[in-house]
Amino acid sequence: MMKATESFVPTAEKGRVVTIAERESAILPAEKIRSVDLRASFGATEVLKGITLPILERQVTAIIGPSGCGKSTFVRCLNRMHETAHRATVAGRVLLDGRDIYRAGIDPVAIRRRVGMVFQKPNPFPTMSIAENVLAGLSLTGERIPHRMELVEKALRQAALWDEVKDILPRSGASLSGGQQQRLCIARALALDPEVLLMDEPCSALDPIATARIEELIHELGDHVTIVIVTHNMQQAGRVADHTAFLYMGELVEYGPTDRVFTRPAEQRTEDYITGRFG
Amino acid sequence: MAADTHETRTANRGDLVFQRLIVVGAVVMVVLLAAIALELTRESRLSLSASGVRFLGSTAWDPVKELFGGLPFIYGTLVSSFLALLVAVPVSLGVAIFLVELAPSWLRGPVGFMVELLAALPSVVYGLWGIFVLVPWLRGGVEPALARSLGFLPFFSGPSQGFGMLAGGLVLSIMILPTIASVSREVLRAVPNWLREGALALGTTRWEMIRGTVLPFARSGIIGAVILGLGRALGETMAVTMVIGNRPKIAASLFAPGYTMASVIANEYTEATGDLHLSALAEIGLLLFAVTLALNALARLLVWRVSRVAVQGSRR
Repeated sequence: MMKATESFVPTAEKGRVVTIAERESAILPAEKIRSVDLRASFGATEVLKGITLPILERQVTAIIGPSGCGKSTFVRCLNRMHETAHRATVAGRVLLDGRDIYRAGIDPVAIRRRVGMVFQKPNPFPTMSIAENVLAGLSLTGERIPHRMELVEKALRQAALWDEVKDILPRSGASLSGGQQQRLCIARALALDPEVLLMDEPCSALDPIATARIEELIHELGDHVTIVIVTHNMQQAGRVADHTAFLYMGELVEYGPTDRVFTRPAEQRTEDYITGRFG
Repeated sequence: MAADTHETRTANRGDLVFQRLIVVGAVVMVVLLAAIALELTRESRLSLSASGVRFLGSTAWDPVKELFGGLPFIYGTLVSSFLALLVAVPVSLGVAIFLVELAPSWLRGPVGFMVELLAALPSVVYGLWGIFVLVPWLRGGVEPALARSLGFLPFFSGPSQGFGMLAGGLVLSIMILPTIASVSREVLRAVPNWLREGALALGTTRWEMIRGTVLPFARSGIIGAVILGLGRALGETMAVTMVIGNRPKIAASLFAPGYTMASVIANEYTEATGDLHLSALAEIGLLLFAVTLALNALARLLVWRVSRVAVQGSRR
């Protein structure tokens, strides 16, 4: 496993013409997050078996793998959401800017402020209006919001939703379509100005058109925010991600620049998976 | 009934019998309810024609002079029930929130069970506890203390008597606590988890998550729980009768004795001699019946609404 992890600098490719994209990713950006021997369990069942993986700053990293491989659990460990589930435990370290978010005395609430999350199922708060949903992160924690409307507009523009909802801001967040709801959830996360955005299969409940819009959005956001996206859709990973990690049965099989992982996987299991032989 | 062959007829006989039986059961329920309403109306006809609407506004209750006014009882029922809600709602909501959102899982079962046990105790036991423990405690400690600190308010003025509105309200509050707590617990359990995760992922604390998303979502269901508790408080008879003092007077002070609709029916029905007296008691019964029926219907409606929203939410 460790070998695969370390292979993210393409060393075995000497003599080959290096594309600009690859050279850019070879001049590697700083590591925003690194999980070190991360293990996670539900009760006695270990679902992550020691994952060591870097997440690069202002890059989109896709986590792929078959159902039940632990990819959702992995991202839920990056903002300490995993432990909110029943009987869930974590071992190992997750370094955020080099500092372990699991060390003693760290408030998970503060971590979740810096590392936002978008879920598989769009989950705007049904009791709140569209505008209130955008501001929910601030209003729920009792913060004073000085320029409400400016913030609402900024976040909704960032989430590419502003034009569709600017005239219906007082309406319930639940009245929107699924794709709009998901972008509202993205706006809600962005309103807190997070350093990292975790997306747990954000398009799996959406139709192809809504999916395309979210992917486009991920592309744009990737320049400003570090994004980790879980997906079971390999085409999606290919479209949006700079780097891809392949998880299988709770272990990291391979990690590298997306185009290399997809075109010349170093591991047989990766190749089997992306060519559709299993999973 | 398309029973064209002998074979299908025998196969369906069991179903048919069962269906008839449950239809009869369902019809009996409705008929019973209607019969009670009808009978109460019939019984109270004399009183209804004698005093009419004035019955609701008159404070005079003197069977000897054949003066019957329902107001002291209506007042007593409403005030004692309101008092009970005032105490029970915050406590039972706290219990429900604790059980659903905060308690470690090994504690949920036992505590939940004990709360439901409170509901299973016969009310006469609460009454006895009220007489032997609560009333002396109120008379000797709580009421004098309240009078000293808050005596400028009319509710806490006058002599400490123990038996009175305060004792009635407090006994009631303990009795309705399990109802409100266990219904609210079910309502909170119906709140979908994605709501909680959405809030927590925004960096809210547990309390901010509960207050800002879970409770608003569950609001109408919780109101339903409170109304169910209120319904129980309005109709509770034995325990209240034992501690409230049973005097048909309206007093501002909560220390003074009062009387409730249910208590006066229980106390006076067997000894009532005059037809008008009996009829007046029946009218109070009719009133109580109408109020509790309306409140229960309202509660059902609210609980139904919140569960429907939850289902819609989880379908998205």
